[in-house]
Amino acid sequence: MIEPALRVEGVRKSYGSVEVLKGIDMQVKPGEVACLVGPSGSGKSTFLRCINHLEKINSGRLYVHGELVGYQEKKGRLYELSDREVCRKRAEIGMVFQNFNLFQHMSVLENIIEAPTRVLKISKEEAVIHARELLELVGLSGREDSLPKQLSGGQQQRVAITRALAMRPKLMLFDEPTSALDPELVGEVLAAMQDLANSGMTMIVVTHEMGFARKVADTVAFMDAGLIVETGPPDQLLDSPQHERTKSFFSKVL
Amino acid sequence: MEVTRLDSNKEQGPISPTPINSGATILNAVPIRHYGRWIATIFLLLVAAVMVKSILTNPRFRWGVVGEYIISAPIMDGLQLTLLLTVVAQFLGILIGIILAIMRLSSNRVLARAAWIYIWFFRGTPLLVQLIFWYNISALYPEISIGIPFGPTFWQGNANELITPFAVAILGLALNEGAYMAEIVRGGIAGIDRGQSESAKALGMTHMQTLRRVILPQAVKVIIPPTGNQTILMLKTTSLVSVLALADLLYTAQTIYARTFETMPLLMVASLWYLGITSVLTFGQFFLERHFSEGKRDQISFTQRFAGRVSMRKGAAQMEEAGKVKQND
Repeated sequence: MIEPALRVEGVRKSYGSVEVLKGIDMQVKPGEVACLVGPSGSGKSTFLRCINHLEKINSGRLYVHGELVGYQEKKGRLYELSDREVCRKRAEIGMVFQNFNLFQHMSVLENIIEAPTRVLKISKEEAVIHARELLELVGLSGREDSLPKQLSGGQQQRVAITRALAMRPKLMLFDEPTSALDPELVGEVLAAMQDLANSGMTMIVVTHEMGFARKVADTVAFMDAGLIVETGPPDQLLDSPQHERTKSFFSKVL
Repeated sequence: MEVTRLDSNKEQGPISPTPINSGATILNAVPIRHYGRWIATIFLLLVAAVMVKSILTNPRFRWGVVGEYIISAPIMDGLQLTLLLTVVAQFLGILIGIILAIMRLSSNRVLARAAWIYIWFFRGTPLLVQLIFWYNISALYPEISIGIPFGPTFWQGNANELITPFAVAILGLALNEGAYMAEIVRGGIAGIDRGQSESAKALGMTHMQTLRRVILPQAVKVIIPPTGNQTILMLKTTSLVSVLALADLLYTAQTIYARTFETMPLLMVASLWYLGITSVLTFGQFFLERHFSEGKRDQISFTQRFAGRVSMRKGAAQMEEAGKVKQND
């Protein structure tokens, strides 16, 4: 059996007395694209942030490529990993945010080569070559010296995707990547993501773009109130959902 | 700031409607008479005239004496010490401030609370008291030693010999400045969007890398203007060290007038120097702020303008070479 890219078992997460995740189970195979959909506040983004340890989970187990995230298990006990070790694991997981979060004081090229040169210790020349290749793939050749604020939202998000890809991640997380975009710019970002999915990247995408989920996803998981209510192939989940909650959600969204 | 304002006025000039003054011919409206402003203006002009006349004609100002001392050797030495104290104490204060700010923002509560207590103490007591306290520290600790707490001692020295007035001045000014700088730096760091550090973390950058490469360079923009003010303040605050019998600008002036009784002329000498240096610093601050402010110059990032340019060009050349090598392969 191939080790899944992501294996989640009974993950719970609370902020104070508010439980945001109430026991999530999920598996994503390598090369698969999984979309997380559901109403706001259902815990989709929090769950995504748990995967690369931006949020610490309170209980359960979360494995990326067979390795626990943020912890080490020895003789049945969990040991928290050091900042350095957590960083090493995070470097293998790319993340794209709703608000792009490009480094405002750096040019496009500097944004992309920052982590490869500082974290992976790749030479600057090599990082620049790789960055230019990636920029060409997302159609942003020639914008290397622009500052983030000189770019449109769609362009910024494509740079953010490029920046994540420059780390050669094994898994990519997308946290509502098109929610902050003007409607006419959504398409270019989705196209870049579709190309990425076609290239065989394992992706977990929190999104409200049902069209994208239908076209690109291998599985869609519907989340509500901190739980995954229903999982299935996109056509099945979107067209003939089984659960009442799923039905009522899609009847409003689609 | 004012330069751009003037520019924008000029731009608006041709398009803006006819000014009120000439508009009077069209509207025939009588402009409001600002009687209050006229009275205030006349009053201030009168005061200024009286002051200038008095400064120029009152022989007791003894401008000749001022001229005699203003670039005399002892005053120059004092000025040099004042400048040295300003630069060193402000520099150390900024370093202490950055460290304290990082501590205050730490998730470790002991570190955060320790920094808070430091700031509370040093902002809560007068600097003059702190200086006198450090000056007399040997009363509390006659011997100063370096070693492991509750363990062996490696080195030991006499506090009186170790803590010279100069050391006290630097210590007192820098420790106090650190508390104020900490709040300024903290404000700058706190103003940076959380998304910046999150995306840095998600890329696998460590806490320190995130701080040094992502947060601080952006916080600098916010930190620079108040730091300029602090430096100007520091220049004048160094005059407090005259209580330590340290021959700075003010103390030098004092020792001279204690001997010659030319009190006023020598205070003038000191004040003119403080004013002059402050003016230079204000000028420098203006350029620093303009450099770091957002605006027309932002077409290219400042890192690029300074360091990046050359290395990028070098990188491009090496890239071409690397590309050739690849093709050969």
